[in-house]
Amino acid sequence: MTERPVLTPEQRQQRFVQRFLGAVPHLAALGIAYRTHGPDWAELEMPFADQQLADPDYGIIASGAIFTLMDSAAGFSVHMALGEFLPIATIDLRIDYLRGPAPGATVVGRGSCYRMTRQIAFVRGYAHDGDPDRPIANMAGTFIVTRPPVVAA
Amino acid sequence: MTSMALAQALRSDRHGRLDMLPYARLLDLRFEQDDEEVRLVMPFSIGLVGSPGRLHGGAIAGLLEIAGLAAVILAQQGAQPDADRLPRLRPVTVTADFMREGTPVDTIAAAEVTRLGRRIINVSSRAWQVDRGRPIAMANINFLADWPDAGA
Repeated sequence: MTERPVLTPEQRQQRFVQRFLGAVPHLAALGIAYRTHGPDWAELEMPFADQQLADPDYGIIASGAIFTLMDSAAGFSVHMALGEFLPIATIDLRIDYLRGPAPGATVVGRGSCYRMTRQIAFVRGYAHDGDPDRPIANMAGTFIVTRPPVVAA
Repeated sequence: MTSMALAQALRSDRHGRLDMLPYARLLDLRFEQDDEEVRLVMPFSIGLVGSPGRLHGGAIAGLLEIAGLAAVILAQQGAQPDADRLPRLRPVTVTADFMREGTPVDTIAAAEVTRLGRRIINVSSRAWQVDRGRPIAMANINFLADWPDAGA
């Protein structure tokens, strides 16, 4: 019999989130991975990789890669706030690109779901390249949540 | 971001691939242009998938941004054919609306420059799949132009 390590519920959830994220092909293509999460927020990280570059001459990460990071971090914060993996879809997402990340830096994207209604989740967040007090991008958006139909008693 | 390489590609051919740009290569983008506009085509591949059977919104946004960039470069080349004097373009704000899910087929994007300012350029970018009249996503993008001889 193999011995299984005893996991706390939190570790179990972390492992589930890691597996869930690892199975998203576009995140794998950009090297985006789980970092940490809380009750209504989530952080993902994107270690530098060549395929994120907008243009090799400038060495600048494509804003589209940062958009993907933020959209996913925002989506995960909604899942955390819901407490389950219900189907969600981005309605709109706005990103302000404050400055470029340092060359070769790991970019961290943080999303938090600051209001949840029956159908709409409101999110905000930011990205940074090491110091959360010096963000590289700011994000605001909304998601639609599809809940299972309520069965009348 | 941007992109003498993208400007060169758009100048030299009516259609082609954007493999010289690593992120555009990841999205497997090619371009096609006529007298009206430049369109970017993102063929479906498994690496673009977000949730099962659907394109990741970030990949669609990335396509919208590059389509916006290409439209700005064409507009600037039209306004100022001396290509050495093109500015670097950086998106400052991107606001994307997602209207329909991205299904596993080709996605096409084209953008309209709503105002070509010297410093700020406002762009409306649209992505569709089978039917251009039924966009799957749109983005308003505001670019900042950094001119090589700023102040001159």
